[in-house]
Amino acid sequence: MIGRGQGNRVSASASPLPRRPSPARRRRRLGEVALGYALLAPAVILLLVFEFYPLGLGFRISTCDWRLGCAKFVGAENYIRAFKDPDMWHALMITATYSAISVPVQLGLALLFAYLLFQRIRGMQVFRMLYFMPYITSTVASAAVWAYLFSPDIGPINKFLESIGLPGQRWLSETRGIIPLFFSYFGIQTPPWLKGPSLALLSLIIYTTWVFVGYDIVIFLAGLGNIPKELYDAARVDGASGWTLFWHITWPLLSATTFFLLLITVIGTFKAFNHIYVMTLGGPGNATTTASIYIFNQMVSYNRYGYSAALSFIVFFIILILTIIQNQVAGRRVIYD
Amino acid sequence: MIRRVIRRRRVSFNRVLIYAVLILGAIVSAAPFVYMILGSLKSYGSVITNKFWPWWPFGDEPVQWQNYPEAIETIGTDVQWGIPLFYRYLFNSVLVAGVTVAGTLATSIMAAYTLAFIDVPGKNILFIGILATLMIPADLTLVPKVVMMFRFKWYNTYLALTVPFLVSVFGIFLLRQFFMQIPKDLYDAAQIDGAGHLLYLSQVVVPISRPAVITVALLNFIWSWDSFRWPLLVTRDSGMRVLAVGLQQFLAGEGGTKTHLLMAFATMVVLPVLVFYFFTQKHFTEGISRTGIKG
Repeated sequence: MIGRGQGNRVSASASPLPRRPSPARRRRRLGEVALGYALLAPAVILLLVFEFYPLGLGFRISTCDWRLGCAKFVGAENYIRAFKDPDMWHALMITATYSAISVPVQLGLALLFAYLLFQRIRGMQVFRMLYFMPYITSTVASAAVWAYLFSPDIGPINKFLESIGLPGQRWLSETRGIIPLFFSYFGIQTPPWLKGPSLALLSLIIYTTWVFVGYDIVIFLAGLGNIPKELYDAARVDGASGWTLFWHITWPLLSATTFFLLLITVIGTFKAFNHIYVMTLGGPGNATTTASIYIFNQMVSYNRYGYSAALSFIVFFIILILTIIQNQVAGRRVIYD
Repeated sequence: MIRRVIRRRRVSFNRVLIYAVLILGAIVSAAPFVYMILGSLKSYGSVITNKFWPWWPFGDEPVQWQNYPEAIETIGTDVQWGIPLFYRYLFNSVLVAGVTVAGTLATSIMAAYTLAFIDVPGKNILFIGILATLMIPADLTLVPKVVMMFRFKWYNTYLALTVPFLVSVFGIFLLRQFFMQIPKDLYDAAQIDGAGHLLYLSQVVVPISRPAVITVALLNFIWSWDSFRWPLLVTRDSGMRVLAVGLQQFLAGEGGTKTHLLMAFATMVVLPVLVFYFFTQKHFTEGISRTGIKG
């Protein structure tokens, strides 16, 4: 794949005696190589300075008590501290919950809508455009609007719920779990250990779903378009229809797309920051303090650069391990054509 | 005969159900935008009491166009330049997005050209090295990059907002893939006509690759317009903020209670991009489905 077909360009158009090129040719070849490097240089230098170098610097910072510079080398102390820090475990749990709910919800909805859109729908382009709209909108702006949609007092969501006879909720400012909230509506007391995610976190998940489903739909549609039509026709001749077609043709042949989206969405949920910061700042309390919010706060509010660099590495390794597990578990079942 | 009629009716019922679900999805996608735009034209009282349409013919409220100038006034004044802060935010956002898009295009096109057409020693290793940076998540390098900005004395300057984003691996990769589909004969023909690499690049390769170039430009523009955490971290003065940061600060401050003004501010941030999107949406969706890169 790399360097396909043009590796021999120079020699192919060169003299019939390739072993001893004339000085003029050699000069031209040197000029070409110099030009090649010159064209590559800006991109490569920028990547070295802003990607590779920070990787090393970040690791160095994580081994320091960092105050404008490495005030004291502390070795693995920041990492050890992280493992003993209950707030960090809490943040990781919040992140994991956020991810575990929003990934299947997002992908399930996206697959449903993409599959429906694929049924020769009139106005398919218009639907796709509308679904994709939240993704291209500035996150801060849409998160600010959603903060008002969720508002307990003046928000339209509560107004709507009340108009159909359901109780209004405190949404983004509700720290109670959704399971006791749900059952308390029917007057049932749930045991205190049975909480479920807080409604505040669920509200963020609703927002995330709203933003990213359109993106996932576009990718699923591309995957659906790659499935050969003849397969469906052949199966229909054999009398298959509806669900049978979906389970025996669409689902297996879409597995590469689904797997790709799964990887990207899990990573995306672990990185989520902007909308959480805008809508809740990680609160109320620490109900929505995900790992990325926690790392940010450690750096900005407490000036703990070393600690927050160490936390970044820990989260990175968790994502890495998750990716490897996904590759092992799901990757094997993927069918590539 | 009867069976056929029943079957057709069932099929059309399915059709109706499909359309109902799709339309419901479209309503949910669009509703927050509708709420935002309508809210920006209502009085504060109408927003907080959730009057959907307080204007003629269902109500007697005039359309509150003055929310927009009022929002701009409430956001404050930029002491440095003596202009309303909103215009400074807008200037900063446009400047950062413009420089980022132009710079990214330049570095990506140049690098992609070498990777696709010029046979330099160590090319494959360089290409793998470039792709490897995709594995480095931005979160991992956030702390050291902030430290670097202080060391370079770039903190609170436009350099910090633009220079780290003048390169895009996604752009390099997408353009290289596109360049490699250009037939080799074209280059030979250009060489016979006496055109060197640079002339070939600017006169043939870039014009042919317009769709890919536009996709890279659009996506980088959206990402730049959307960036929030980085500008929040590396700027201090209100005059250095971009729109996204300004909007968040407004929400956390005065806009938190003046809902109608916040909606006006949010509309001014979102609407230009939305209008832009309506005219170019094919490039967005095609670019994304071709590469599957997430911002």
